Amino acid sequence: MSVLGPGLTALFYLVAAVCFILALKGLSSPRTARRGNAIGAAGALVAVVTVFLSAKLENIPLIIAAIAVGSAVAVPVARRVQMTQMPQLVALFNGVGGGAAALVAVLELGHSEDPWVRLAVVFTMLVGAVSFAGSAVTVGKLQELISTRPLLFPGMPVVMAAVVLGAVAAGGIVVATGSVGWAVALMVLGLAAGLLLVLPVGGADVPIVISLLNAFTGLAVAASGIVLGNVLLLVAGTLVGASGTILTKVMASAMGRGVTGIMFGAFRGGSTAGSTVQSDRPVRSSSPEDVAVQLGYAQRVVIVPGYGLAVAQGQHTIAELAIALAARGVEVVFAIHPVAGRMPGHMNVLLAEANVPYEALKELEEANPEFPNTDVALIVGANDVVNPAAKSTPGAPIYGMPILEVAQAGQVVFLKRSMRPGFAGIENELLFDPKTTLLFGDAKDSLTRVLGAVKAL
Amino acid sequence: MDPITLLTVVVLAVFVGFEVVSKVTSKLHTPLMSGANAIHGIILVGAIIVAGQASDPWLLTIALTAVVLATANLVGGFVVTDRMLEMFGGRKPARPASRAGEDSK
Repeated sequence: MSVLGPGLTALFYLVAAVCFILALKGLSSPRTARRGNAIGAAGALVAVVTVFLSAKLENIPLIIAAIAVGSAVAVPVARRVQMTQMPQLVALFNGVGGGAAALVAVLELGHSEDPWVRLAVVFTMLVGAVSFAGSAVTVGKLQELISTRPLLFPGMPVVMAAVVLGAVAAGGIVVATGSVGWAVALMVLGLAAGLLLVLPVGGADVPIVISLLNAFTGLAVAASGIVLGNVLLLVAGTLVGASGTILTKVMASAMGRGVTGIMFGAFRGGSTAGSTVQSDRPVRSSSPEDVAVQLGYAQRVVIVPGYGLAVAQGQHTIAELAIALAARGVEVVFAIHPVAGRMPGHMNVLLAEANVPYEALKELEEANPEFPNTDVALIVGANDVVNPAAKSTPGAPIYGMPILEVAQAGQVVFLKRSMRPGFAGIENELLFDPKTTLLFGDAKDSLTRVLGAVKAL
Repeated sequence: MDPITLLTVVVLAVFVGFEVVSKVTSKLHTPLMSGANAIHGIILVGAIIVAGQASDPWLLTIALTAVVLATANLVGGFVVTDRMLEMFGGRKPARPASRAGEDSK
């Protein structure tokens, strides 16, 4: 149908683009976030209706059926996914978006005569394919279908270089000739590059990679806007590319890492190759009852939740523990490191799900000045984010990362699975400090037992 | 479109993109990433255009695959972001932590 003329079409696309900007803007503050997301969804609806009313389209029933299939698959998954598995789902949706962009570009190759447009086709295919394959590896690592440790094989840098050179060559041929065969070869090389790029990334850095691949897909969509001469795709893709880049940088600096270090660190041997060597230096281990006494008779307790809590799905138990302590008159707050959980900001989502009030969650800058007035710091399934080596040991992989300064609290209690070092693979001196006690075991089990003991006090 | 217009649009969009997320609180990084993720699902518009022009059954199949994938990205992205944000909102602020979760059980 061509009900809408070019002028009105452009106008509606502009409305959609403004909605997307408002959506991102809204998402930057908790009060406006949900409304912002709804505005973004409304913008997407406007854009999809506009394309049906403006472009000359065949196969409309099939297209509508395909949209129905996509929604029927995605909505139930999005509704039911556990909050702990959120990062996988975000990575998955990102990957399929990148894949869609690559497919759109390859189909448009036949209609693209101008070399500049063909260059945009090449860019979309390549980046879309990288994003698709890279996201697939990310999902595998997050689901632990693939080892979360950096995967390397001898000669990997050489293979990577060959793939990159091959992709540049194939891309050049596609720009010059518009050959579909070479375009397919380019996509295959793009998929290979995506695999090679993400396989060597260590588990702790995967969250940054999700964000980076998100920016990649944005750029691929922007380039597809040039291919199709569609300003909305150009604007929306550029927005996501730019905001994704900034977000990646912000997250990387919260971890004290450079983005290039994360992506190429393993090639140079400087990645987060978490060591599994256990230390046999003596530590003070504790019992759930002792921990309960420490917590129950404190005035102020700061809980530092980490990755281990998310893995053990202990967020509801820890929320209950906070309630039990609060009922005894203990002031309880949660100190959240920016990269706690399996994705930056993930811990906030998990604790929000467990109904921990928003104001009990303190960010790093708010939490740190309060540690000297804190009786007990309870660290659950976290290690690197409280490791003083980040401040004291130049040369440590995490040196320069802002940490939660739990050492300033009166007593420090770690709930840990084992003495295995964190992802950064370095020992935490704090574990051997005289004021530190450790309770070993699965985070959720330990918390359940401590909770029982607190209730029995 | 002429190249200068395109460039203008791109440059302005880059600045807007930088600007809107540069001061975001780390508490909302996950929903923000998920929301930005949903927005690039708008590639659905491109997928619909190519599917609407495909004549060959093979090309149509590829294009419809792109429509399915893009829809999953777009619709799933907005739904999952909304679900996360629903948990952030809903509770009234400014009550002490001790209230922690009368509603959690």
